Amino acid sequence: MTPVAEMVGSNRVVPGNGIVHPVGDAARTPAEERAIRRAILERALQVLATPVAK
Amino acid sequence: MAERPLRIVHFLNQMFGGLGSEEAAGMGPRLVEGAVGPGRALAPVLAPGEAVVATVICGDNYVAERTEQAVGELVELVRSAAPDLALAGPAFNAGRYGQACGALCQAVTRDLGIPAVTGMHEENPGVELYHRDVYVLRTGESARNMASDMAAMLRLGRKLVAGEPLGRPSAEGYFPRGRVVPEISPKSAAERAVDMLLAKLSGQPYESEVRLPRFRPVPAPPPVPDLRHARVALVTDGGLVPAGNPDNIESRAATKWGSYPIGGVRDLASADYEVVHGGYDTSLVKEDPDRLVPVDAARELEAAGAIGELYDHFLSTTGLANPLDNSRRLGREMAEHLRAAGVDAVILTST
Repeated sequence: MTPVAEMVGSNRVVPGNGIVHPVGDAARTPAEERAIRRAILERALQVLATPVAK
Repeated sequence: MAERPLRIVHFLNQMFGGLGSEEAAGMGPRLVEGAVGPGRALAPVLAPGEAVVATVICGDNYVAERTEQAVGELVELVRSAAPDLALAGPAFNAGRYGQACGALCQAVTRDLGIPAVTGMHEENPGVELYHRDVYVLRTGESARNMASDMAAMLRLGRKLVAGEPLGRPSAEGYFPRGRVVPEISPKSAAERAVDMLLAKLSGQPYESEVRLPRFRPVPAPPPVPDLRHARVALVTDGGLVPAGNPDNIESRAATKWGSYPIGGVRDLASADYEVVHGGYDTSLVKEDPDRLVPVDAARELEAAGAIGELYDHFLSTTGLANPLDNSRRLGREMAEHLRAAGVDAVILTST
């Protein structure tokens, strides 16, 4: 749903891993999922620390 | 033809009321019998039995500096003249005047139960603030067309008093109030859409049947200066709530949000939560709520020092089929809560 987020004016948008588990992945093992989750969060933190043009 | 009595009260600011200019903007409300200034422009178009019985005048600054109190006083003056209709302004592009006119019209209809009409230029802040609740006639920027503007306000006012059905806003001349009214058309939607497209392609005017919402750009906040010492909060619109949904958050068109404690919690447990969002398959999130609200990963980052602290609550609501006004309110309230809680940054997980 990132296009919607951008349309309404969100400045910092990080794609998640799908609608039914934005920070998860049911096709992976729990350990793999946690790694994916952590990676997405780390990306989010990176974006929070980055200046945004608009 | 029988006379249809119509008592009109007209509101003017100090300038149009002939009582002075900026230096008089602080003057308080007063009532004068009969028509004053622009109100006199109605004389040629008043039907038998119609009359501007009184004019209420007040300074722009008086209203701007104590709006609720001033509007209350003005409503009482209007009430004292026992009118059937109130006209205010027109305010053209004068911002304080426009806001005074809008506020007064809104209060007159609400408190006295009579119709009220004002007029403004589209850039007047009064339009944005009041066009949903008040009939605001579209005027130009200057008083050049005062007479025809006043006449148009009166025409609209008459229909409102008589309870006559109104035409489209563009036909009646007022700013659309956001009402969607069903209409029967001789042409099918397909025909109307093609007509609209052809008009658009050939540079002809056309009128959209649906008004698209306009999103104002949101200025991007500066980056978090030091995440390692920041308090970061998790927020979601995926509808994760404690089992039992104690706050009764709706599955769509949510009117509420909740703040749920996660102090000392390293991992959200399935048994403690349920998912009320009605717009996606929630079973996977129910199985492991961290798939939506990543508390476990956030705790890892906290332990590793990547963030200073995870805020000890997560905020949640359902982001589905929600009227914009509602979503905006929820967002505003959540933001106020987070700001009061000293949160520096938010990660919003959305489905």
